[in-house]
Amino acid sequence: MKTTNYLEIEGRSAGYFGLLALLGVLVLIGLGAAYYMEHNGHWVTGMDNEIVWGMPHVFAVFLIVAASGALNVASIGTVFGKPMYKPLGRLSALLAMALLIGGLVILVLDLGRPDRLIVAMTQYNFKSIFAWNIFLYTGFLAVTAIYIWMMMERKMHRYYTRAGYVAFIWRLILTTGTGSIFGFLVARDAYDSALLPPMFIIMSFAFGLAIFLLVSMAAYRWTRRPLGDAVLFRLKNLLGVFIAAVLYFVLVYHLTNLYITGRHGIEKFILAGPTVYTPLFWIGQILMGGLLPLVILYSGLGKSRAWIGIASLLVILGGFCQLYVIIIGGQAYPLQMFPGMEVISSSFADAQPYHPYTPSIYEFLLGIGGAALSMLIVTIGIRVLRFLPTSLADADVVPQQGAGEAA
Amino acid sequence: MTENDKSTPSPGRRKFLGTTAAAVAVAGFSVVSGVRLVSLAEAKPADQPVSNKKRWGMLVDTSKCSSGCDACVTACNTENGLYTTDHPKTDAQWIRKIDLRNKATGWTVSLPMLCQHCANPPCVDVCPTGASFKRPDGIVLVDKHICIGCRYCMMACPYKARSFIHEALDQQVEYAPRGKGTVESCTFCVQRVDEVGKRRDPACVEACNAEGHKAMYFGDLKDANSEISQQLKKYQSKEIRADLNLDTGVRYRGI
Amino acid sequence: MKYSIVLKALFVVALFGSATAGAENRVPVPHPAAGKGEHCVLPTAEMRRNHMKYILHQRKETMHEGIRTPQFSLKGCIHCHAVQGDDGKPVSIKSPKHFCNSCHTYAAVHIDCFECHASTPTETVEAKRLFQPIKLYDSKIEAPAGNK
Repeated sequence: MKTTNYLEIEGRSAGYFGLLALLGVLVLIGLGAAYYMEHNGHWVTGMDNEIVWGMPHVFAVFLIVAASGALNVASIGTVFGKPMYKPLGRLSALLAMALLIGGLVILVLDLGRPDRLIVAMTQYNFKSIFAWNIFLYTGFLAVTAIYIWMMMERKMHRYYTRAGYVAFIWRLILTTGTGSIFGFLVARDAYDSALLPPMFIIMSFAFGLAIFLLVSMAAYRWTRRPLGDAVLFRLKNLLGVFIAAVLYFVLVYHLTNLYITGRHGIEKFILAGPTVYTPLFWIGQILMGGLLPLVILYSGLGKSRAWIGIASLLVILGGFCQLYVIIIGGQAYPLQMFPGMEVISSSFADAQPYHPYTPSIYEFLLGIGGAALSMLIVTIGIRVLRFLPTSLADADVVPQQGAGEAA
Repeated sequence: MTENDKSTPSPGRRKFLGTTAAAVAVAGFSVVSGVRLVSLAEAKPADQPVSNKKRWGMLVDTSKCSSGCDACVTACNTENGLYTTDHPKTDAQWIRKIDLRNKATGWTVSLPMLCQHCANPPCVDVCPTGASFKRPDGIVLVDKHICIGCRYCMMACPYKARSFIHEALDQQVEYAPRGKGTVESCTFCVQRVDEVGKRRDPACVEACNAEGHKAMYFGDLKDANSEISQQLKKYQSKEIRADLNLDTGVRYRGI
Repeated sequence: MKYSIVLKALFVVALFGSATAGAENRVPVPHPAAGKGEHCVLPTAEMRRNHMKYILHQRKETMHEGIRTPQFSLKGCIHCHAVQGDDGKPVSIKSPKHFCNSCHTYAAVHIDCFECHASTPTETVEAKRLFQPIKLYDSKIEAPAGNK
């Protein structure tokens, strides 16, 4: 294998500035939406006292989960010692940081009191997994930044593997923490499961890799740098494995709940209910986000870059549906306070067969703004620092004995 | 004001008649039988912190609670300044009435639902900043000074007892501060419980007694001689979602 | 604590500004209305400088420990320092005449106390407003046909 050369992208084309402008505008619109919601209060959103976490949380959790998954490509190179993945490590780590920042910004801007962010940073209740996540998220940014530094700085390169291990372990703990936000909720039938943290980890593998594939394909195409089939096909096969693993976890989760009689209510609500969550589950999550991309990736279509891109996009959309079903579907099903009884009247929505939720445009725009911020960070990052290898052509990345890497 | 209770003598309770004159000023209120006497022995000096020697609790006797009566809800709203906004869908409710029907037998029951003031409250466990907390005397509160409005406590509460303030308010009462972007719930009328020299029952309990239903008891669960302890010892009662083992401060009879 | 640093910083800026700006351009120094009674709960100079510390300390004790001594109670401040408006009733924080506003506007120190706390003694708030308790609104929604 030849030495890998990294170089900033030129970033002078009209297309590049057009992309920057587009992302910048989306970020500004997102900020405007956040301001509107904060100024008026949350009544202008679709959220209420029943659906307390809405569309912004779907976006935020998706980006945060995908962030830790995006780092996986770097981990495979460092921790699992696959030389072919090493040239991808820098982009992988940059993408991870960018996605996390985008997700966190959404989360913070949706707080009832975002002005009190300093309180969240200075007062902790260590029994709360949320408080731990504040450390895990900020720590992830620091660990990943150091990891990138070790990858980029020749003098620090001897610590590169160690940094990679730390980052890998940190990201596993981080996604465990994110899954535990829901897994630790004893009150609600949809959550309260130790299966959620590992399921979130495997989801992160799939979502993060799908985003990584799309970003790298776009970056190499738009900069006209060579991207060989060897790398791409390896990654798309890996994506297939992750998709299958997500499906497996979803299957086990629902089988468990279907076995527990007390959980039949929530299962019926999600799997065969009257609401949008049922089609979102079957068509969005299972068909679009699982089965279709599997067929594409493992059939002859998987040889085509366009189809790999489509499969990645489907995984992202399916993953979004999955989080919508988990986060909002889980709240839409009313709390079961009185087993064997039905609520016939209540002033506080207890009598609803399910809690309705229609996201407002502002929540959606805030989410889009956060995602755009992630992409903006990547777009600027590869312009100012040497993240992208000049070539990922097969001849440059196919591993040989004694292959190394140099900056 | 302090109400006198002339009709239901109970052993071990100290009579405190000195302040009844003031109570009588509210005509027709203090004389309602069943409105409970509150003794000075239960009151705490203003400069003393609350202690875990007490645990405030409530017992709801659902057989005395009538469907269609929402006196407790109205009293709570008046006491704590919960007023309806232009957007009722997101209005806060600290206490609500729920009517239930047994799916198998058709038996119906009506009860008030409020913060259950758990000994092991999930809302306190999950709160990232410690804004959700339990006082030593068992009252679960939100410190709005450090609440960031993340609503994780609302996700965690098994009773849907909490409300988020969805818009700016400007008609708060001075003893029940509440404002945009924070979460709130029943405080057991902590301002009445702490009232210097003359602890009073929460507004809902007072209203229920005034209506003549007397379905709610409030008192110190750790005082074996308190009326609520006596009632709990004598008759069966249940926690809602007892399976979660939260040791709720609010218990129900007849469900 | 935080406010005091901000206040000090602004004070320095204000001093600097007053030295350079012409006298006719100055914002008039506020003269907040005196409270009821002989004197404040501590000497006026001490309260002017450190009222935020006392209030902050009291807030923790009251909130978490139920200590309700009157000396530094915010409620006490509001009662004693209520400023009458043209209608003879205490003005709320929305009025520039409000006791807290008179200085805080001058010093440009933002306080969010009254986003939650009542800025006037409660009796008058009660008297002013037509109280509307929350009505039991119909919370039932129709389930689509065939589902319950």
